[in-house]
Amino acid sequence: MLTNLDRRSLIAGSLALGAGSFAAPRMAFAQATGSQNLLLVLLRGAADGLATLAPVGDPDFARIRPDALGDYENAQKASGFFAIHPAFQHVGKAYSQGDALFVHSTATGYRERSHFDGQNMLETGGAEPYSKRDGWLNRLVGLMPLDESGVPPRALAIAQTMPLALRGPAPASSYAPSALPEASSAFMERVSRLYASDEQLGNLWMRALETQEMASDDGLRNLRDAKAAGELAASLMREEDGARIAMIELSGWDSHANQRGVFNRQASGLDTLLGAYRTAMGSAWGNTLVLVATEFGRTVRYNGTKGTDHGTGSAAIVMGGAIRGGQVIADWPGLSDGALHEGRDLRPTVALENVIAGATAEHFGLDPAELMAGLFPGRGTAPLTGISRA
Amino acid sequence: MSAQTSVASVALNRFGYGIRRGAEPPGDPMRSLLRQFDAYDPSPIALKDREDTSSEAGKILQMIRENRRNRKDSASEMSESMRTSNPITGLPTDVKRAYVRGGEVLRHDIALRTNIAVTSDAPMVERLVHFWSNHFSVSAGKPGTQHQVGNHEFGAIRPYVLGKFSDMLRAAVLHPAMLLYLDQFQSVGPNSQFQKRRRGRNQNGPRGLNENLAREILELHTLGVDGGYSQTDVTEFARALTGWTIPGLSRIERFSELQPTGAAFVRLAHEPGSRKVLGNIYRDNGPSQAVNIIDDLATHPSTARFVATKLARHFAGDDPPAGLVTRLETDFRRTGGDLASLSRTLIEAPEVWTEEPVKFRQPYEWLIAVLRMTGVEGLSARRVSGALRELGQVPWRAPSPAGYDDKAGSWAGPDALYRRVELAEQIARNAPSENLMARAEAAFPGALSDNTRLWLSRAESGAQGLGLLLVAPEMMRR
Repeated sequence: MLTNLDRRSLIAGSLALGAGSFAAPRMAFAQATGSQNLLLVLLRGAADGLATLAPVGDPDFARIRPDALGDYENAQKASGFFAIHPAFQHVGKAYSQGDALFVHSTATGYRERSHFDGQNMLETGGAEPYSKRDGWLNRLVGLMPLDESGVPPRALAIAQTMPLALRGPAPASSYAPSALPEASSAFMERVSRLYASDEQLGNLWMRALETQEMASDDGLRNLRDAKAAGELAASLMREEDGARIAMIELSGWDSHANQRGVFNRQASGLDTLLGAYRTAMGSAWGNTLVLVATEFGRTVRYNGTKGTDHGTGSAAIVMGGAIRGGQVIADWPGLSDGALHEGRDLRPTVALENVIAGATAEHFGLDPAELMAGLFPGRGTAPLTGISRA
Repeated sequence: MSAQTSVASVALNRFGYGIRRGAEPPGDPMRSLLRQFDAYDPSPIALKDREDTSSEAGKILQMIRENRRNRKDSASEMSESMRTSNPITGLPTDVKRAYVRGGEVLRHDIALRTNIAVTSDAPMVERLVHFWSNHFSVSAGKPGTQHQVGNHEFGAIRPYVLGKFSDMLRAAVLHPAMLLYLDQFQSVGPNSQFQKRRRGRNQNGPRGLNENLAREILELHTLGVDGGYSQTDVTEFARALTGWTIPGLSRIERFSELQPTGAAFVRLAHEPGSRKVLGNIYRDNGPSQAVNIIDDLATHPSTARFVATKLARHFAGDDPPAGLVTRLETDFRRTGGDLASLSRTLIEAPEVWTEEPVKFRQPYEWLIAVLRMTGVEGLSARRVSGALRELGQVPWRAPSPAGYDDKAGSWAGPDALYRRVELAEQIARNAPSENLMARAEAAFPGALSDNTRLWLSRAESGAQGLGLLLVAPEMMRR
């Protein structure tokens, strides 16, 4: 053994070589951010907004999706016009307590129907697919103020690999529970030395050690249990030295067949995760914002296999302890044949970028226009206001 | 560091899957690659001995449908199953047993493909198998697919990796595994006889058009997302594909005609009439209507561009050099998609022989390189699958029909790296670690850094040294 280093000092030692440089100027804050938290939940595969929040008040809904009506018979109503899918028990409860709101008929600027391009735009924040290489969540990290010791807020993907939204020049880590036996500290110490002169591996390794430290002994082997995943996310965020910005991804929303069964299963998982997260955040919930978004919506009509194909407008969920919950933000476009986008999809009337930028700016006390320009450049639209109570 | 020897490292690692324990680096790197075309065996013994369980797929679907029908009688049970997050709970024993058996078959096939690559003398061609298998990605999530995804690669990819793209395209997208994965098997023409009869009986069952496969063929397998097709082309192509389904669905079995791809064609479900796709008219000649469209897509200029870009990215870096893309594209168009010719163009391309690494190894390629280097062979199916799951890249389990991403950003993550370190130490503890320095030099001839050499020489045990070699920067990139 060369020296006896514990994991914490390994981390401290490796910080010196890893401190990245950031070209982007940090934003001036209208107010102190304290320990405000943001959790982004990305639903991959295009979640059906009409199932999340059914427009039962629109007579065309019963005409177009008669089979689904029964699902909403005893469901919780939202704004009189909508009904919350019955799988969203925890979200529904948060809605009635003023801690959740929905945005309907929302979409990014993407108007084609490729998952991959759609997710690329949702994650990079670019005005076109592949026009930006880093993710908007990473740019947000870069725009936030450093703490007293000059360290940017911790950002974390609860995933094995780094999702595009969090990729970029600002430091971010990834973590997921593993079933592998932990490496010996002697071996890890040697690896630290081996990587010390390699910029890429050295940085990745340093962040891995940091995050392992935060997540020690979670007792999990994977992320499959939605409740445990929600609690894990909270445990990584609620402490003073935890992650301020985190994201988690849920895939499997691409319900081309048997939509009602697939959606019910998916929504139950999401609801369990969100419910567990909210409970486990405890008092930190008051400083927390949760954004749930998907790349686009699905066709309004069922296809021939009781599923729905790729569409456009969908719904987003915003949760948090300091939001103006209990409302649905929507400019309802209607479901009549003439009202549909290209005769098949829910017409988007609220830009998802405006929702994200608006909610985030209010939550962190950042200038909305500047934040919009930093996260979603070239849009020329104004961020939404009034999501936060602050 | 001589130029000649670092070229050998490129042949071994960028083109191949790393050196095998005890092997010598190639003397003539470029020729060693070309020789692999002859050494490649599309159906090695291990595959010939493999039990074909593909007919189980239809049986499982049938079992599940019957089970669903039975459960409709009991409304309370139905809502119970709707609520549960795990689709397997509450299923009858025979269905559960079929799921478990499916999982075993899948693990067995994953170990087979892995061991073939680990022991191969044609690792570049095995890399191409995995490249094309990922291009035509199928995922073993849906019931029945566990019995089909291995078959898909072994039967629809392996035979064609040095053949014609059009042959591979046809075999891959019309294979039962793809028809299951992208919902094609239950897509029915709205004006087909099948649908008319149902309407006559007032049945509003879950049958009709599903455009998933048509869209993904255009977007992911041939033209690419900007390849110049419209929503109308997608729908027209989807109509032409109706009737293509999987064999073994008992209700329609007596109407189905077996196809060369292993799929079945059911005329009663096919949408009648001519179709117009990308401006061409395709008359209704049953199963050939979709095949004719697919054949035209196979040689479309957008397909040439799309395939050339992906191949170049895999061998020459995440942002492939434009000149190489153009040469591959020209090659594709000149030869009508001759994949052996494209592979030769890659081998002869100076852009692929740059000394500095151009790719971050994906978890699967890292594990194959680790197993080749350590000489660990014949790991149990369960251990191979377990390791790959922890590394984050199980074959035939990509999160989307686009397959696994081929860029460093998707793989070079802190947690992913940490897992490699954990696994490397474990593997190194159980592998012979003699001659470590000589093996490191042979694995990366002329490309081993002084830094790696230093830390290998300072290792406190052979096992620790081997573990470090397995996670050294040279092993992480190619």
